Amino acid sequence: MTEIVKSITTPIRLEYVYRAGRATSRFLRGLAEGRILGQRCPVTGKVYVPPRGASPTHGVPTEEEVEVSDKGTVTTFCIVRIPSEGLSIKPPFVAAHILLDGADIPFFALVHECPFEEVRMGMRVQAVWVPKEELAPTFESIRYFKPLNEPDAPFDSYQEHL
Amino acid sequence: MRDVAIVSFAQVPNVRRELDRNEVEMLMPVVTEAIEASGIGRKEIDFTVSGSCDYIAGQPFAFVSGIDAVGPWPPINESHVEMDGAWALYEAWVKIQTGQADSALVYAFGKSSMGDITEVLTLQLDPYYLAPLWPDAVSLAALQARVLLDRGHATERAMAEVAARSRRSAKANPNAQLRGDFEIEKLLAEPYLVSPLRKHDCPPITDGAAAIVLAAGDLAKKKCRRPAWIRGIDHRIESHALGARNLARSRSTEIAAEKAGAFAGSFDVAELHAPFTHQELILRDALRLDPKLSVNPSGGALSANALMVAGLIRLGEAARRIHAGEARRALAHATSGPCLQQNLVCVMEG
Repeated sequence: MTEIVKSITTPIRLEYVYRAGRATSRFLRGLAEGRILGQRCPVTGKVYVPPRGASPTHGVPTEEEVEVSDKGTVTTFCIVRIPSEGLSIKPPFVAAHILLDGADIPFFALVHECPFEEVRMGMRVQAVWVPKEELAPTFESIRYFKPLNEPDAPFDSYQEHL
Repeated sequence: MRDVAIVSFAQVPNVRRELDRNEVEMLMPVVTEAIEASGIGRKEIDFTVSGSCDYIAGQPFAFVSGIDAVGPWPPINESHVEMDGAWALYEAWVKIQTGQADSALVYAFGKSSMGDITEVLTLQLDPYYLAPLWPDAVSLAALQARVLLDRGHATERAMAEVAARSRRSAKANPNAQLRGDFEIEKLLAEPYLVSPLRKHDCPPITDGAAAIVLAAGDLAKKKCRRPAWIRGIDHRIESHALGARNLARSRSTEIAAEKAGAFAGSFDVAELHAPFTHQELILRDALRLDPKLSVNPSGGALSANALMVAGLIRLGEAARRIHAGEARRALAHATSGPCLQQNLVCVMEG
């Protein structure tokens, strides 16, 4: 009897050395100092965090470096309850887009230190950093964002960034 | 057919490893340089198309972030090919032929240094019978060279001469990566890398980026003193089953050349995309080139071979000779896939 081959498994693995580039390297080194560094588009004045070196609307270098606040506003969020492969965080957790004060593009981060049902659009939050001696050129220097005891930001102030 | 010309060309200096800049940071200056040299305003360009491959960066949708270098706002008419930029240029040429555009920006980028490029290239092979065996790109080229040698179509000396000539020519090209004077005897005394290929028979690993602006008819005449008019352009592909091909001959190049009108007259210069020395010998045959013709005065892919970029650079280098008044009729060729699987031929006139 001939067995029909219905599928084959051909393992593939490639390794890469990722290079962040000039602008993103500046940003990563900033995190190691407990600072969040963006770059400003010379045409529109918009500040991009993390910066990639180019104004994504005008194709010109964003050479002016701008330090933005580690406080910001939740523009949108998602409560993740389903685990997925390769995820280092245990669900449930809140993944949010946070528009940092002084930035023009939201930043992806976790929100903790409050019940999930209290997380909302417009909520004011602040970064919780790892202890100073653990700061490094990585996103993991920011553990998560916690709620601030401030009134919610008005919808108008972030609706452009949704 | 509409008259379409290459009106400008720019490239970054080709390097072994770009440690500092990401792809967008590499692209921005060349895109800006090509647009400014074209004399056409950035916002007046009707169509934008890029050539790159996400496997080179190891990031899905790397080509999407590449568009940051262009400034696509307000929204632009844009496309992408997961191929060398030479094929992006072909798409732009077709777009202009349809009448939907009068001008186009074509760009390409590739930072081969971030992965193991000979293994990355394995993944372009047939995924059932060939890729699982992991033949690397140099070994496949070596099989092709072996066929050529066994049939008496080439000698190791003739191959070394291609390498020495290319790298000598590259001395005049400030953007080349590998250049210099090499003695044939010394090259032939080197050990094999993958028999019958020695190191000099293989291209360098290169990071690079390039951009070209195309314009149609009156616009090209208005903006460019000596436009490089595309008189014919064609590309053909052969089977991906290497065993089903005659590796000693490039049928796809022959057909593309015929269709592009390459045999209708002589050339002042040819830029061939031959990453391996023996491949130049195959292409010279397929294109029926005069042995006295200046081939790859830029140094060719043996002097700088940024994947997804080196083919577009051949078109740009050929056009540049016409822009400068150094050539009246030029031939450009680009290749893709293992062992010259797919080939594009372009005939340009001043």
